[in-house]
Amino acid sequence: MSLKGKAAAIGIGELKPVKEPGDLTALGLMARVAAEAIADAGLEKKDIDGFLVGVPFSDPGMIYPASAAEVLGLNLRMLNQVDIGGASPAGMIWRAAAAIDAGMCDAVLCVVADLNKAGDQRPPVVSVQREFEAPYGNIGANCGYAMIAHRHMHEYGTTARQMAKVAVDQRTNALKNPLATFNDKALTIDDVLNSRMIVDPLHLYEIVSPVSGGAAIVVASPEVAKRAKHPPIWLLGAGEAANHSTITYAPSITTSPIKPAAENAFKMAGLQPKDMDIVCPYDCYTITVIVTLEDAGFCKKGQGGPFVAEHDLTYAGDFPCNTHGGQLSFGQPGLAGGMSHVTEAIRQLMGRGGERQVKNAALGYVNGNGGIMSEQASLVLERRS
Amino acid sequence: MSEYYKPLPKPSPTSRPFWEAARRHELTIQRCGACREYVYYPRDRCPKCFADKLAWERVSGRGKVYSYTVVRRASSRAFADAPYVLAIVELAEGPRMTTNIVAPPEQVRVEMPVQVFFDDVTPDHTLVKFKPA
Repeated sequence: MSLKGKAAAIGIGELKPVKEPGDLTALGLMARVAAEAIADAGLEKKDIDGFLVGVPFSDPGMIYPASAAEVLGLNLRMLNQVDIGGASPAGMIWRAAAAIDAGMCDAVLCVVADLNKAGDQRPPVVSVQREFEAPYGNIGANCGYAMIAHRHMHEYGTTARQMAKVAVDQRTNALKNPLATFNDKALTIDDVLNSRMIVDPLHLYEIVSPVSGGAAIVVASPEVAKRAKHPPIWLLGAGEAANHSTITYAPSITTSPIKPAAENAFKMAGLQPKDMDIVCPYDCYTITVIVTLEDAGFCKKGQGGPFVAEHDLTYAGDFPCNTHGGQLSFGQPGLAGGMSHVTEAIRQLMGRGGERQVKNAALGYVNGNGGIMSEQASLVLERRS
Repeated sequence: MSEYYKPLPKPSPTSRPFWEAARRHELTIQRCGACREYVYYPRDRCPKCFADKLAWERVSGRGKVYSYTVVRRASSRAFADAPYVLAIVELAEGPRMTTNIVAPPEQVRVEMPVQVFFDDVTPDHTLVKFKPA
């Protein structure tokens, strides 16, 4: 069994995130990006017969997919929610391909949207985390990533300047992305290191900023993909993995389940990391990118710091990485932050990267990361010449 | 006495012995009678071998800082009294725990030896924290 070449992403919709959501609603944002993605694919709403949705933090509910589908007016043969945190959008792509390959449906709308209102608290976590994490102040994602960073620095000698370089190069990319939240001012390594320390050793500019927005992708069968308006972007490989939820209980806090997820994705694709023209690793924090590049095999374990320092991660560089700016500069509109890596890979491979287009980009690697390096979903995508 | 605003553990039937021991200022964790693995946090079955043979055992309370962070700005309003040191402590017996290191933040280091201490945060709740050994 393989999903290689069994389905393609043919349309994307994505909103420029906003800091103040005003009168927006999560369901309203879903409708906007869904309409945009369906039109971008060259399809009509009646062509959509599969639906994968992420439940918004701002408007949660059980038995969510049918409710969201009803709002959109969809008539479906397959529907589900994907709940693997920030890995959900990447996880949706292979789930859509699997459903298509199984004959359950032909065109799957994958959609995520969320609102961030100042002062909102995320819904309570599961009981064991309320019991053994929250009393000690292990609340939210910042602390876990900070502890990963400290341990990574201890084990491998990774430096603050190396981590900051990720935010700097990604900002250079964002300057060419009209959709990015932070696209008006370049950053230097010193700017990052002089920004406020939030959770040692992570500074403000190494941490994603919550915003409001949404994104959608249409994944289609080879038959439907023939009608697509843009070049279909084929799924060549996918891998998924998780071995913990709270980082304290992970087998290793510096080696993540990205390793098996990426290995399986590359194995299915019959390709290697060095074959990729662009990479879009989930970047909730700077350290996340460094660990991802190591575990996905772009460099040796522990060499992620020197790797990002020695390579130019910009769209014009020798290792184009998160050419949309990453979530660090794009902003994190809930799960749509994770989808931004997938939409950017699709956009680049379709040749629609505009001023930040990577020349001759044909193969791309995407990783989605949920929780504290918990759920991982890796994809290898291809534009066929 | 000032009111305590931070989240408090609500013991489950599975975890109650752990918190009751903490109130006695004893660190007890589960150990699997089949594979001999020490287990934290409390489970209903051994997460390693899945045997139904977990028993409570008092442990040394010695450990080391596996990693830590100084939280300067907390994600939750309940911890507005930041900075505080959040840490993963690896117990001498093997398991890792999320906890706090009660020490000046600048003194805390990865791999630093630590010793358990029991913080009676309310008359009914004792949290398991660590100090430099």
